[in-house]
Amino acid sequence: MQPFEPITAVALPLLRDNIDTDAIIPSREITAVSKSGLSSGLFAGWRYIGGDRGRPDPAFELNAPAYRGAQILLAGDNFGCGSSREQAVWALAEYGLRVLVAPSFNPIFFRNCVRNGVLAAMLPAAKIAEIADWVRADPQANRLTVHLGERAIRASGEREWTFAIADDARDVLLRGADPIDETLKLEERIAEFRAADRLRRPWVYEIGSRDRDSVQADTDML
Amino acid sequence: MPATLFEKIWQIHKIDEDQGGALILIDRILLHERTGGIALQSLAAAGRRVAAPGQVFATIDHVVDTRPGRTEHSGTSMAARFMEVTRRETRHAGIRLFDIDDPRQGIVHVISPELGIVLPGVTLVCPDSHTGTQGALGALAWGIGSTEAEHALATQTLRVPRPRTMRVAIEGAPASGVTVKDLALYLIATHGASGGKGFAVEFAGDAVAAMDIEGRMTLCNLATEFSAFAAIVAPDDKTFAYIVGRPYAPAGASWDRAMRDWITLRSDPNARFDAELRVDAAEARPMVTWGTNPQQAIPIDGHVPESWQASPHDRRESYDRALAYMDLKPGKSVLGLPIQGAFIGACTNARLGDLKRAAAVLAGRRVHPGVRAICVPGSSTVKRRAEAEGIDKIFTAAGFEWRESGCSLCFYAGGESFGPRQRVISSTNRNFEGRQGPETRTHLASPETVAASAVAGCTADARALAH
Repeated sequence: MQPFEPITAVALPLLRDNIDTDAIIPSREITAVSKSGLSSGLFAGWRYIGGDRGRPDPAFELNAPAYRGAQILLAGDNFGCGSSREQAVWALAEYGLRVLVAPSFNPIFFRNCVRNGVLAAMLPAAKIAEIADWVRADPQANRLTVHLGERAIRASGEREWTFAIADDARDVLLRGADPIDETLKLEERIAEFRAADRLRRPWVYEIGSRDRDSVQADTDML
Repeated sequence: MPATLFEKIWQIHKIDEDQGGALILIDRILLHERTGGIALQSLAAAGRRVAAPGQVFATIDHVVDTRPGRTEHSGTSMAARFMEVTRRETRHAGIRLFDIDDPRQGIVHVISPELGIVLPGVTLVCPDSHTGTQGALGALAWGIGSTEAEHALATQTLRVPRPRTMRVAIEGAPASGVTVKDLALYLIATHGASGGKGFAVEFAGDAVAAMDIEGRMTLCNLATEFSAFAAIVAPDDKTFAYIVGRPYAPAGASWDRAMRDWITLRSDPNARFDAELRVDAAEARPMVTWGTNPQQAIPIDGHVPESWQASPHDRRESYDRALAYMDLKPGKSVLGLPIQGAFIGACTNARLGDLKRAAAVLAGRRVHPGVRAICVPGSSTVKRRAEAEGIDKIFTAAGFEWRESGCSLCFYAGGESFGPRQRVISSTNRNFEGRQGPETRTHLASPETVAASAVAGCTADARALAH
């Protein structure tokens, strides 16, 4: 993953609470076993009239020319709730939205963001509304600068808001680290821990190699 | 020092811990074709191997066709692709897969308890948000994303921020006709869909002790809609009686040894929780959702809140959007809304007991002519056992479709829907916009309420049909 650098970009306000991952990317839009090719399905239920890709709904903010090139999303509370599907984050990132600002995030969604280099920044709803008002006045001109190292969102050097993010998540994003590689460095330690655990809790590891017919016979009896 | 059940399990599995969280040993990993195949594919592409394939189990549930006579290719081409990748990657990694023709196949959170895969005191993860369902057996089980699944597969560990602890004590006896589903919706309606956010929730109290294991699964399943990190019920004699003899559960000397450990798995009497809630079970009534979030739930004989201020935990925008989407007016009675669809299925309420209770409502009755009614057993085992008891005949005689197992119309992935602007009463767990298909209007309720409504042709109170 690339280290997260400060960015200055157009921000898109979508101040609805409880935007779930079905809304971010409807299940029907996930057609390939792939982490890419998802951005055209982003917000498909709201973005297209009758689900028709050829008919973008002009009333939906994402389709407005004023928000073209947006890389920052301003959202409502509990963003990313619902299904754990990581395609929601892959779709947002592929579309170009690298910073999400909301009063709170679903925890699984939040961790999915961190794992994909997307910044999920927390800010109280009233402050997000303030930022949204400023942005809406002239979205292309009123760009935001997001500085993760300083936990800061800046409006043209005039105003500044400090957001919250867990220290470990911030650290992973700033370093562009791969948590799997980091844990694999502890492989030996984990192996020792597992060996000791196997002695203490052998039943966890003694999983019978049952064939399907004997399993069926057993479960049908219970 | 007295410890909570969560703390005991955390302590046993903690390899290291700092302020950011702990490196936790994972005992069981479950995968399904919708998110598991891609995790295995991505892991292999990165040149990494699965650390302990014997502790990983995979099933086909999310996008599989559930119509009778299904085959690998009878569903959508999308589904065929997801199943094919899952088959290839599990074979390559040496992971057990319960494929569509396997008698063990079913919804991941139904088959894991049924097969004795989840056990008291284990840590279990699955790239699926309703994994907390399995905490009903006394396990610490939680949902993750695909990339975290890769981490768990590659290292048999996860780095996890330590959740806070919450005890939800459900006390007293629910009134006749009030189910576990109703209690759970009552909890979420009262304390909000974010009420459990950041917490490992332990369900306790005499009402929980009185529940059977399947009921506890329904309760823990809905803790996801309460935003809990995980939900857990301390294992008791009912739990042990449920597990003994299950195919992948310990047996013989191994069982005896496990039992000595399992009986210690409970919160100490003076253990401190970061938060405590008390629910009076006697206050709950049969519930139904009116809106597009599970917290927008009211008693079945109640009315849509008159205003957004009267709708606890809602802001004006979400209240207005929900009313418009559901085509309802403030103050409208939720009883008697004409429905076009009725669905009994999903990891929430599609176990044998759920189907039996719905069948008791349906026996000798017919589904209303204007209603399409579908029952999808939670697993192939549930289906076989229901058929052995003749329950399928009650459903089909009433006019329900009787399906093969899978997640099915709980969400739109199998490609099937009740249709735009159709009103559906559903035993599932999510009533989000578009969840069951574009513009489909979902009302969540118990299997009994779904059955009664299917018969009435409109949202109905199952208590009126009882006896």
